[in-house]
Amino acid sequence: MRRLLAILIAAGMTLAAANTVEIFSWWAGDEGPALEALIEGFEAANPDLTIDNVTVTGGAGVVAKAVLKTRMLGGDPPDSFQAHIGKELIDTWVIADRMEDLTFLFEEEGWLDVFPPDLIDLISTSEGIWSVPVNIHRSNVMWYVPAKLEEWGISAPETWEEFLVVCPAIQAQGVTPLALAENWTVQHLWESIALAALGPDDYDRLWTGELAFNDPKSVAAFELMNDVLACANADAAGLSWQQATDRVVDGEAAFNVMGDWAAGYMFTTLGLEPGTGFGWAPAPGTDGIFMVLSDSFGLPLGAPNREGAIEWLRYIGSLEGTDTFNPIKGAIAPRTDTDLGKYNAYLQSAAADFASDRQVGSLAHGTVANENFMSTFAQVMEILLDTGNAQAAANAAQALALQTGVGR
Amino acid sequence: MRRFTRDHLTAVLMLLPSLIFLAIFVYGFIGQTVYFSLTDWGRDPAQALAVRPERAFVGFDNYVRLFTGLLESRFRQDLVNLVFFTVFFIGGSLGLGLALAMLLDRGVAGEAFFRTVFLYPFALSFVVTGTVWRWMLQPQGGVNLLPTYLGLPPGEFEWITSRQQVWRFDWNLVPSITALLVAAVLLAIGWRAWRDLRRGRAVSFLTVGIALGAWALAGGPGVELLPFPERHGFNLALIGIVVAAVWQMSGYTMALYLASLRGIPEELREAARVDGASGFQVYRHVVFPLLGPITLSAMIILGHISLKIFDLVWSMAGPDLATTSVPALLMYIRAFRANQFADGAAIAVVLLLIVATVIVPYLWTSLRGEVRR
Repeated sequence: MRRLLAILIAAGMTLAAANTVEIFSWWAGDEGPALEALIEGFEAANPDLTIDNVTVTGGAGVVAKAVLKTRMLGGDPPDSFQAHIGKELIDTWVIADRMEDLTFLFEEEGWLDVFPPDLIDLISTSEGIWSVPVNIHRSNVMWYVPAKLEEWGISAPETWEEFLVVCPAIQAQGVTPLALAENWTVQHLWESIALAALGPDDYDRLWTGELAFNDPKSVAAFELMNDVLACANADAAGLSWQQATDRVVDGEAAFNVMGDWAAGYMFTTLGLEPGTGFGWAPAPGTDGIFMVLSDSFGLPLGAPNREGAIEWLRYIGSLEGTDTFNPIKGAIAPRTDTDLGKYNAYLQSAAADFASDRQVGSLAHGTVANENFMSTFAQVMEILLDTGNAQAAANAAQALALQTGVGR
Repeated sequence: MRRFTRDHLTAVLMLLPSLIFLAIFVYGFIGQTVYFSLTDWGRDPAQALAVRPERAFVGFDNYVRLFTGLLESRFRQDLVNLVFFTVFFIGGSLGLGLALAMLLDRGVAGEAFFRTVFLYPFALSFVVTGTVWRWMLQPQGGVNLLPTYLGLPPGEFEWITSRQQVWRFDWNLVPSITALLVAAVLLAIGWRAWRDLRRGRAVSFLTVGIALGAWALAGGPGVELLPFPERHGFNLALIGIVVAAVWQMSGYTMALYLASLRGIPEELREAARVDGASGFQVYRHVVFPLLGPITLSAMIILGHISLKIFDLVWSMAGPDLATTSVPALLMYIRAFRANQFADGAAIAVVLLLIVATVIVPYLWTSLRGEVRR
């Protein structure tokens, strides 16, 4: 009897293993419900498959990516894992020959026609297409509370020069002009400021290696950054990005530059209405430009359940999948044929901008530079915060770009 | 020549499994890490995470870059942070632990209660301690609000987010400073040998010590780390981390000291008092010298905790705040975030060497002591 039971259990386990798809991501906490909705939809559409949802928490995947690397080095890949599109996907995983080409899936599903070509470029090399994007986020957004601005008698600045003019007036009222948080949000602010100071063409040329970081034009961006930092809170290093957003919502700070997951946080977690509870504008000087970052899932070579993982990718790239996931996540869909009625007011405006704006890639979120540059760029920000010396920071950035092979 | 008996065979067989495991999982991996630190693993992104990465041997390149490279100033500040953190952490834990132990030793009412209270923080993990103290040290709340309960203005210090740096020095002076410290130790050993009338030994130690000291005082000619001055110093942001670490570990040193104090025979103190020693003199000349061995043990235990500190800093300040960073954090970031596995291995080896300089002399003297017995 006991032996029979053991055999049954063993059989049950192999059966379960064959039909389980292990999904590795950093979407827990505030972002958990969106992933769960996606999984629910997938399991309803594929009754014979179950998802093993493995998440490692930590903002922007700082811990999850390390865990993933040890697993991959140890020869234990999940069936599918989350990766930012752009260099973070290509220069970490694709060039190390760890991913499977997904061109066949894009052709089968007709995705080449519904995903924007610029986006497909970011997940492709000459050898293939390497992941399925599930969302689009915008990095260069400035957040505020309209009622508070009225109370203080200011409006959202359209350029950083305007911002620097109103900065002392805001400070005089005992309010922080710009809420900032820990180091990566400084990097996040830098990319918006650099984009404003350089314009989209020169900004792009930074990442192809055609424009040096210590070129006078780039140094001007670091100098502008310096001036803006003088308007930020001194205790930034101890805050999470949510706490910086809270400062704006609570009226302790006037503005905050953060990606549009902040809209998801204010809408879903804080229950504020877009347009009245919180307002937004493109980060100063970046009107008409959409700084893109996006999460995607890929198929690692050696995935234990390759067939299941392909079904998962097929679902998350489908219209049903994106429109289930994104309204909850607070992101817009990567597809052009999405049903905008399911999205809130902020997301509708972001979708309109995405369709019409010039697109550039984000540094802080892995789109334009490899992980070595991106991670060590924190050191450049520390040099700027510590010394306030724009030229020194620019020189360090250029040395870093040469050492890590940016644009190669 | 002794015969190889059954007993010997049993002993060898019993020891063999642990020897094999140690050889593979400790020394084998140390060797592998040292090897990786001498390669360029990670510099070419295509090889960093490949299934079979090609690693080229580059000698001490990575080490040279860490200590003299323009971009690696964070590593150097991390080392400086580590030294300051270790000094204040060990000093604070020993001082506070000793003070608490002496108070409890005087037979306070409810001693068992206080002993438990002081020991409890030790039972927490550093992550819990770090999270709690992170909240308490927020500049606009927690500890800074304490004075307001007395009607005073709130504290102004920014704790972990402070960017102030004091006791600044040029990194180029490090070889000279190190040489001076080593010279001081050599001179002290030489002086002792001279006093003990072991002249030959004394002369050699004194000569090397004087030569090294002279070289250092001359400004360390022949060694230039950086072509420009680079300032490092004590970041005041570390004070918060030290406070949390001392809070956690001082109960433990208290327990060590209390046990040691209880082990001092009452007769000794009585004899001192009969000889007319004051309360302070009893401590100065009787109790403290007897606490020497336990102090050394506590320093070794605290020292290696401190040199490897990672989780406390991570949970209090995060991995990216350079002002409070330590080499163990940088090792993690370089290896697993920037994919620079060779750099990570080199930092790991530097850490191992630092810990070894603390542990090995201790093991050496204590093992020699045992053999003599």
